[in-house]
Amino acid sequence: MTRPLIDVHAHFDHDRSGRSGWEAANVRRLEVGERAGITLHVASILGSWGHTSPTYFPSPEDVTYGNAAMRALQRAHPDRIRGYVAVNPNFTRHAVAEIERGLAEGMVGIKLGASRRASDPLLDPIAQLAAERGVPILQHAWQHRRREVPGQEISDALDLAALAARHPRAKFILAHIGGGGDWAHSLRALVGVPNVWVDLSGSGVDRGMLGLCVECVGVRRLLWGTDLTMDTGLAKLEHLGAMGCSEEDVERVRWQNAVEVFGAGVMSHE
Amino acid sequence: MSDGKSLTDHNALIGPFPFRRLPEPTPQRLLTEMDRLGIAAAWVGHLPSVFYRDAAAGNDELLAALEPHRKRLVPVPAVNPAYPGWEREVARAVAAGAPAVRSYPAHFGFDPAGPAMAALCAACAEAGLELVLTVRFEDGRQRHALDIAPDLIGAAVRATVRADSRVRLLVTAADRAFVEEVHFGSTPEEAARIRWDVSWIWGPPEDHLAHLFRTVGRERFVLGTHFPLRLPEAALTKLELTQ
Repeated sequence: MTRPLIDVHAHFDHDRSGRSGWEAANVRRLEVGERAGITLHVASILGSWGHTSPTYFPSPEDVTYGNAAMRALQRAHPDRIRGYVAVNPNFTRHAVAEIERGLAEGMVGIKLGASRRASDPLLDPIAQLAAERGVPILQHAWQHRRREVPGQEISDALDLAALAARHPRAKFILAHIGGGGDWAHSLRALVGVPNVWVDLSGSGVDRGMLGLCVECVGVRRLLWGTDLTMDTGLAKLEHLGAMGCSEEDVERVRWQNAVEVFGAGVMSHE
Repeated sequence: MSDGKSLTDHNALIGPFPFRRLPEPTPQRLLTEMDRLGIAAAWVGHLPSVFYRDAAAGNDELLAALEPHRKRLVPVPAVNPAYPGWEREVARAVAAGAPAVRSYPAHFGFDPAGPAMAALCAACAEAGLELVLTVRFEDGRQRHALDIAPDLIGAAVRATVRADSRVRLLVTAADRAFVEEVHFGSTPEEAARIRWDVSWIWGPPEDHLAHLFRTVGRERFVLGTHFPLRLPEAALTKLELTQ
């Protein structure tokens, strides 16, 4: 039997992203996933990826099109792909409607980029809906925001922890701890914040980062993922064993924690 | 790079880093990681030397630390060509059997396009040493407030390779855009004297490394892990998935 491996932070592309090789890129992710043993890609499409509206400030039309493309991929690969509903909270009514529609059509979580800071009250209706529906919110984050960043209204772990405190029944995932920035800042900020999980994705493979993940949030709140670089995700997975994590703990990170966060239904194809 | 018995890590370091705790940045731990990953040998620099005013003192520490492990760990001393006695460090590198020396213009405070670098290039060429330049040690988004040395820029590498027609460069921790800028901003003759390590280049699905193999040439790339700053398995995983 194949050992499950769930990538909680994947992305796909579509025909309106302005990228000529978008289909090949999607195929490549699935091919590499097959070789690497990824049994489920939980993925999002962020609007038009900047083509017709900014990646982190997508227009409602681009959000809708991207989510539809994500659902089409999920339908085409029911054994391999699940989708997050990506929304822009600045268009609150559209965001809520888009979430309702996406979940009704089988999507399994909500993706928030950097359209609005995570601590902002504008996110409350979305967090409330997530809690009611029992789906997690994957929040794009900069690991320690020390300044404003062009093209994003970026959040860090302190912002996400503030939102998580207002919505203790909702489940949140801090995106890509290896995605750049001071990961130690995020991990220290998430000590004792039980409803925020940490995804290990990102191109960063700093030595010491995984050890601090285990120390600060514990193996039970770690989720495996890749984001834009699958090689670094796999390296981090391999390193968990090398740093002395038990086989049981590695299984938790590989897939069991993800099933707890998304619900057993996420793997219902099996 | 595909035969485990002949794998050489061209970008390893030992010693602590002032801005972040590194787990066991020692020769012993490096060897343990190499054994685990099937890496036969490593070119090893010394992280504290980057921050010492007197790089020669760092070379003392590097050579002493590697002495018991010389069969597999090859020293790559640091040279600051703007500091008195630097020529002696080049000679000492040759005497120690080093294949290369490292230099850090931003950290040492000299102009990478200036006369000091030109003199170092000439000395390296004369001695048959490759010159190792480092684009970055850490992601720019996580720097300590005192970690203000800028990343190396492509113009610096282009100026360096032009400084002496014989100098050979190994540039570590460059990303795809950096490699492309320098490679296609150089003459074919200049580009043929530059090698790149893979430590900071993205693998699949974006496949920057595979793309560079096609456009720049696979022969221009070497294995580099960036130990002890980065997980060494990352470079190998990337190569495996890029094959």
